[in-house]
Amino acid sequence: MYSDKVMEHFNSPRNMGEIENPDGVGTVGNAKCGDIMRMYLEVKDDIIIDVKFKTFGCGAAVATSSMATELIKGKTINEALELTNKAVVEALDGLPPAKIHCSVLAEEAIKAAIEDYKNKRKDAE
Amino acid sequence: MIYLDNSATTPVKKEVIDEMIPYFTEFYGNPSSLYKLSRDTKRKLEDARERVATLLGADKDEIYFTASGTESDNWAIKQMARVNKKKGNHIITTKIEHHAVLHACEEMEKEGFEVTYLDVDSEGKISLDDLKESIKDTTVLITIMYANNEIGVIMPIAEIGKIAREKGIAFHTDAVQAVGKLTIDVKKENIDMLSLSGHKFNGPKGIGALYVRKGIRINSFMHGGGQERGKRAGTENVPGIIGLTKAFEVSTENREEKNKKVVELRDYLIERVLGEIQYSRLNGHRTDRLPNNANFCFRFIEGESLLLALDNFGICASSGSACTSGSLDPSHVLLAIGLPHEIAHGSLRLSLSDETTKEELDFTVEKLKTVVERLRDMSPLWEDFLKNGGEDNV
Repeated sequence: MYSDKVMEHFNSPRNMGEIENPDGVGTVGNAKCGDIMRMYLEVKDDIIIDVKFKTFGCGAAVATSSMATELIKGKTINEALELTNKAVVEALDGLPPAKIHCSVLAEEAIKAAIEDYKNKRKDAE
Repeated sequence: MIYLDNSATTPVKKEVIDEMIPYFTEFYGNPSSLYKLSRDTKRKLEDARERVATLLGADKDEIYFTASGTESDNWAIKQMARVNKKKGNHIITTKIEHHAVLHACEEMEKEGFEVTYLDVDSEGKISLDDLKESIKDTTVLITIMYANNEIGVIMPIAEIGKIAREKGIAFHTDAVQAVGKLTIDVKKENIDMLSLSGHKFNGPKGIGALYVRKGIRINSFMHGGGQERGKRAGTENVPGIIGLTKAFEVSTENREEKNKKVVELRDYLIERVLGEIQYSRLNGHRTDRLPNNANFCFRFIEGESLLLALDNFGICASSGSACTSGSLDPSHVLLAIGLPHEIAHGSLRLSLSDETTKEELDFTVEKLKTVVERLRDMSPLWEDFLKNGGEDNV
């Protein structure tokens, strides 16, 4: 039911872990529904120089988190904000219909982390 | 490969296949035809019915063959309810039934029936007092599973049967998980209807049976020819029936010895898992459970990930997580025993067979430890838990 790409990202997730003193953190989802994603960003000159994730959830939740981090690493904040769940699904060679919500969560997690980054910057100014 | 999903299905034993084969090639006659070829087949079919009846403590003409446990459940519940519609419209069941029973009951609600879903305690047992109190003048059916498919808990069937018989209410039990593992006597236990399924005890898939006690009136569910004494139309699945029968017989050979061995292994598995993996728990009654069932929850991780990770090591298991149930909610059984959603999502069922070895379980426990650790390292819930100094907030 999962593509080889999904299984590959589940088995060897990219950018899994934490960033100490991150420039932005976003957590979305809830344990009740069985999915929580957390993204950590390190930003320099408006570019995401590092991103890490932690995920509680199914295989698709882990794989979409992993793929989403790959897709935004090295990108500008504005480029990262343009990432859609559809792009994540395509990059994973598709997801079963019941798992599309995982890709939505990945998109939301990135947006939440960027939001946090922007708020922190505003506070600093 | 290590197969620890014997509650999902089982391999067909060689002696079962050997007994089935002639019914594909030699005794292929339609049991309803007149000539000798068919008469011979019919005789074997009726022999099989008698053999199954004997194993359940029933009479030959109380056994009807169906295509699955699910069909047996649907037939028993829907047709018993419909036949008695004028007498009453109340059905009693439990919150932890298999979906074949729960969804059949929900269908009857659409037809105007009222259904009481009995609560279970934290170990999965119903209260007999609750059962007695829920009985009304309009109750026409009590349907309670013999043993639960997820957490393995065994229900007090003989006591339930006694209560139902005293009140004159038909009692059906979904015994799909129990047949082949536990010794059942439908007469002693006052069971009026019982569902079973061949593939759960090393028989073939696509064959089941329903026991209906003499004197219990139930309408046909499948209409067509006059097979199964006019109660279940459709040309009999003779090879399947022979396979189910043989598998049922094989399951009873040295049963006590086999169960003793399986229980020992299961308890060894439970002890190791609970002792070596922190924040794990066993679901279901510790001793009143199927000999081969172990069901755990591992906090801070999700069940489907666990299954996928175990599959990488060739370990086959199942989970009651939402992702494997196809809905957003985790297993209704785990919620019914009072587990919060977030814990219920992290469940793992390991179901053994009499061929499971200690070496297989040792390998499984070792891999399980690795996998749980890896998934926890990945889990924001675990991170928060550690940052809060391991404070329990669930």
